[in-house]
Amino acid sequence: MGAHLPERAPATSHRATAYFDVDGTLVKTNLLHPMLHVMLQQPTPLQSLKRLGRAVLAAPSLAAAELRDRRRFNELLFAHYEGMSEDRLVVLAEETYESVIKPRMFQGAADLVAQCHRADLRVVFVTGSLDVTVAPLARELGADAVIANRLEMRKGKATGKLLRPVVAGPGKARLIADDARAIGHDLGDCHGYSDSASDVPMLSVVGHPFCINPDWRLRDLARAYDWAVLDLDRPSPGEGSE
Amino acid sequence: MSTPSNAHPSVVTIHGRSRPRVLFSGSRLVEVDLPVGSRVVYPKPPMKGLPDVDAAIRYAIDHPEGGDPLHAKLRPGMKVTIAIDDISLPLPPMRRPDIRERVLDIVLPMLADYGVEDIHLIVATCFHRPMTAGEIERMVGSRTFREYWPDRLYNHDAEKPGGLTEIGTTDAGEVVEISTRAATSDLLIYINLNFVPMDGGHKSAAVGLCGYRSLRAHHTPGAIRKSDSYMDPESSELNHRVVRMGRLLNQHLDVFTIETTVNNRMFGGELAFLAKNEDDWSPREQLAAKALVKTLDTLPMKARQAVFEKVPAPYEVTGVFAGETEAAHAKTLDKCFEQYAVPVEGQADILVTGVPYISPYNVNAFLNPLLVSVLIEGYLHNLYRGVPLVKEGGTVIAFHPCTDHFDKDQHLAYVEFVHKLLPKTRDAMELHKKYEREFASNPAYVQLYRTGNAYHPAHPFFMWYWGENGRQHIGRVIIVGADNEYIPSLLGYETAETFAEALQMARETAPPDPSLTCLHICPMLMADVTPLDDDESARRGLRLLPGGA
Repeated sequence: MGAHLPERAPATSHRATAYFDVDGTLVKTNLLHPMLHVMLQQPTPLQSLKRLGRAVLAAPSLAAAELRDRRRFNELLFAHYEGMSEDRLVVLAEETYESVIKPRMFQGAADLVAQCHRADLRVVFVTGSLDVTVAPLARELGADAVIANRLEMRKGKATGKLLRPVVAGPGKARLIADDARAIGHDLGDCHGYSDSASDVPMLSVVGHPFCINPDWRLRDLARAYDWAVLDLDRPSPGEGSE
Repeated sequence: MSTPSNAHPSVVTIHGRSRPRVLFSGSRLVEVDLPVGSRVVYPKPPMKGLPDVDAAIRYAIDHPEGGDPLHAKLRPGMKVTIAIDDISLPLPPMRRPDIRERVLDIVLPMLADYGVEDIHLIVATCFHRPMTAGEIERMVGSRTFREYWPDRLYNHDAEKPGGLTEIGTTDAGEVVEISTRAATSDLLIYINLNFVPMDGGHKSAAVGLCGYRSLRAHHTPGAIRKSDSYMDPESSELNHRVVRMGRLLNQHLDVFTIETTVNNRMFGGELAFLAKNEDDWSPREQLAAKALVKTLDTLPMKARQAVFEKVPAPYEVTGVFAGETEAAHAKTLDKCFEQYAVPVEGQADILVTGVPYISPYNVNAFLNPLLVSVLIEGYLHNLYRGVPLVKEGGTVIAFHPCTDHFDKDQHLAYVEFVHKLLPKTRDAMELHKKYEREFASNPAYVQLYRTGNAYHPAHPFFMWYWGENGRQHIGRVIIVGADNEYIPSLLGYETAETFAEALQMARETAPPDPSLTCLHICPMLMADVTPLDDDESARRGLRLLPGGA
């Protein structure tokens, strides 16, 4: 699976693409959950403590960035991965998936993605998370591609910087437009799923926008624009046991 | 205006001293001054209910129409599925106990007595919205609900992976596929409430428990165009296809059908006058009508809707028939027509009708614009046997606000259908061929159908098709009282501010001295229309109606 949008996307037989935000949309996590788990899994307790301490000190600037600029927030957040080796990140990503992400997956997430496949839609995850973190979930749910943030690596270790383009907020809209163009899909036929008002640009460029467990700002917009609202954490009213 | 002669007491001719007719306009009531000589078709008075419903249920299942009594089919350890009609019937929901609860309260103990323990109850929703837990409890009764919900009492899920089993294919190529639980049962018991003649019979299990592959065999614009009236099973192509599929199903599965009929007592107590001829109202009823019209005019939409919705209908059970599907259903249909069918002589150039706030597809929700069209060109148009009430190419004047409003839980897919697809085309064939399949597989809408409270995304298409034979037959639809121009034009309708203006518009394309008939609905009625010599339909060589000319 390509960790990021390939320069020349392969031809596809799908009729359109379904673009999914991940955190808060398919899983009940945000970008902080996996990062905290990674920090707690450092080789020694002291190293874990040092990384956590740095994160706590950076919390006010992270909070400010979250409110003003989602892209800056991502850059500040992933700076805490500086110095971690690539293979260690891969190992920790598998552990993070099993212990943090999988238990927090929404009840209907797998069904919805499966329904996309049945409807002949190509499934692409578009997330501010790291490519390495989201890879196990993408594999589990059968995503066809992932558009995610990537750490800059030098001599096998993370520099703490993100490679361009940073996947966040309005940038997601441009990235999926590029992806659809590359794959030969009309954005008007494509679907978009997100939980957050920060993804309104992404939802606005697709022909079929849907909100999943939306925050209050997105819920208001959904009401105004007649965007469908799904609650993926709601069990079926009566599934029976056929 | 000329009016054909008639004799049935439910067909009234307007004279110089007639009061205005009070018709539904959504959840409002409007007073309409019809021209002298106009004809008004009223529902028949409610038939008398059965004195002992429980005894009638026991008798029906012990003395079935064709086949063995229910108890003779039972044996210990067998697998039984009970399918039940959903909340779309009757309209509005009936007072408790619902007839389905009464049937279950007799059938379930009988199964227990015979050692049957593997029992599932499925609400046969097909592509309708899933009923909520509260609605199901109200329908089946608290005792059954507590014992079976949610593991052994649930809504049919037509999209559940692996949830459907193919039974076979008819000679005409229709795929019969139903709920796996039902298909693999030793016995399927279907409990029906037959509200209109389109319901029941083979439609119950072969449609109520099926999936998209089976629906595509008959829920098509082609099938509806070929149906003269889909409320008249004999002349309904829709019904013919369903019967073929149902017969195949019954060859493979032991089906015991229990059907029930109710009278048309839709309004009880203080609202009962709504079913009567306005000229027969007592002074008290006249005052009540005036007060109701004014009150509804001042109330906000939700409060108006609540006036009618919060009071369950005092329907009374008029018949219980059980046994082999077709034999039981024949008796059911007789009872339905006995209540609903009003003999009417001749068609009209202009048909006037109120459009109520309720349809089978908006129980506990708002009647959205697409459902308005389903009523005008679908349900109301098809409430006939023989020939339609309005002549081919004639004009329908309908009262409704056509508000651009949708219930966001039940009808979200309808919003996209109305606002994205109808502006592109109103052609049912084009919608069917070009857009239906993709729309019906929209993952978010399918998810909302499966886990929320929404109709399946194919449903708005079916609703548009439901008006297809009316759309082909009616020349013009003029809406009086629309609160906007956009929705009526989207539906292909004209608008008029007043009834007088609408009548003037209708006269412009009608023959000289046009005939006018008013369909006074609700409660439910059907017209047994026999064509006069000058009706173009008379030349089509129609079959004679039972009791007709």
